[in-house]
Amino acid sequence: MILASQGELDYLVLECLAERTIALAQLRKLADPAAGYDPLLETRLRALLPLAVRHGFRIVTNMGAAHPLAAGRKVMSLAQELGLHFKIAVLSGDDVLSLLEPDMCTIEARGAPLSEYGTLVSANAYFGAEEMLPALASGAQVVITGRVADPSLFVAPMAHAFQWRVDDWPRLGRGTAIGHLLECAGQVTGGYFAEPGLKDIPNLAQLGFPWCDVDAQGNGVLGKVPGTGGAITLRTVKEQLLYEVTDPGGYITPDVVADFTTITLRESASDRVAIGGAGGRPRTPTYKVSVGYRAGFVGEGEISYAGATAVARARLAGEIVRERLRDDVPDMRTEVIGVDSAHRTDYGHAEPYEARLRVAARTATRELAERVGAEVEALWINGPAGGGGVRRYAQERIGVVSLLLDRSRVRPRVTVLEEDRETQAA
Amino acid sequence: MKRKLHELAHARAGDKGDTLTLALIAYREADYALLRERVTAQAVKRHLGHIVQGDVRRYELANLHALQFVCERALDTGVTTSLALDPHGKTLSYALLEMVIEA
Repeated sequence: MILASQGELDYLVLECLAERTIALAQLRKLADPAAGYDPLLETRLRALLPLAVRHGFRIVTNMGAAHPLAAGRKVMSLAQELGLHFKIAVLSGDDVLSLLEPDMCTIEARGAPLSEYGTLVSANAYFGAEEMLPALASGAQVVITGRVADPSLFVAPMAHAFQWRVDDWPRLGRGTAIGHLLECAGQVTGGYFAEPGLKDIPNLAQLGFPWCDVDAQGNGVLGKVPGTGGAITLRTVKEQLLYEVTDPGGYITPDVVADFTTITLRESASDRVAIGGAGGRPRTPTYKVSVGYRAGFVGEGEISYAGATAVARARLAGEIVRERLRDDVPDMRTEVIGVDSAHRTDYGHAEPYEARLRVAARTATRELAERVGAEVEALWINGPAGGGGVRRYAQERIGVVSLLLDRSRVRPRVTVLEEDRETQAA
Repeated sequence: MKRKLHELAHARAGDKGDTLTLALIAYREADYALLRERVTAQAVKRHLGHIVQGDVRRYELANLHALQFVCERALDTGVTTSLALDPHGKTLSYALLEMVIEA
């Protein structure tokens, strides 16, 4: 809200979709045909629409999730309720579930065909900036999308404002680097960075979100509103630049193959970092598609031990549960939180005062998943001495795999909503 | 002299499916050459071998004084189906920083 009201923004981008989010949204849409967009859409846009009018910025968001058109209609009704005149553009067509065939191969390590996975629940192509351009060209103050590559949400306003060609690879590459830095918001302003005494960040509780002042060449300066918490330094920017990048010399998005190995960073002032120099090569002929499938169930149970021999009692408890469930729940792991749950080893660190056993297992049914926690709970009666604080969980898992689909098979659509009219823009 | 990477560099983990990325960034520009020499892909594979089932690739980013490690089959089948308490492997940046090198 501080960024929206004091950031002097032209565009405010809300990136809200993790890898699995659309699959979960699709399940909500199956249960309720009017649902399927981000549940926080109403709360966020109710607060932001009046600010967009007052400060003259446009809103771009992928909160449409599995149902962008329903999200667009929701925002239109919100605007009308607030007495505001809004034009809204919706990008859809990323849902490609009907195009999938069982023999299509995934791009995950083994390249297994889709038929090896459970029932498919969703498939969404990652659109890029080009697919969003008609939405921006329509003059809409709010642009709502489903699945769009995170950096592309930021590249689209740049390409629109500066009239970049969709094959201007160097500029798209530079814009992509900036989009990648902005897509996790507070992670570039000192969020997810602090380590007391070594990497201190001031006032994290009031963490400021970033803006970037981009020029027509695609170079930019990152900053945040003065007085907000956090920090923008070479260190925070470097960590974010490499976050989730599996090939820094060839970062593939729907818009471009970007090269981060030539990027230059410079602290131009306090909490200001200038970025430029990223490279760009022609984009690939395919869309990446994220496919959600039913991946069975997971059951978990946890129990704490404390004081002398805490770790030994937690380990004994784990062995007991493993033995009791050996036949029915073979795909299980046991670990001790406080010792080896995060890194599967303690790298020789000293033993902690308290320890918490965690048991987790993949199962084919919810009933078996429930049994995992039930066996941990039974340790209260039938396990080692002094265990307490049991928590148990059992839930269905939705897995995600990816594949590539030729661009020509997918039809992006832009719908423009104005008062009570809906028209196709592309 | 033996030194922990924690004294020399900061790190950030990221995830893509069953692939883990680990960025190792020198605090001081001058230490980048040492990291580049000692923290090889093979050394990281040895250090994290109980977690990383597949190959480790290393990318050098001299412009950032950073090394990027891309570790295949590292997240117990992937973020969405892992049994780990931390399915994204986000805490693993600090596992890398536990590595000891000759410096």
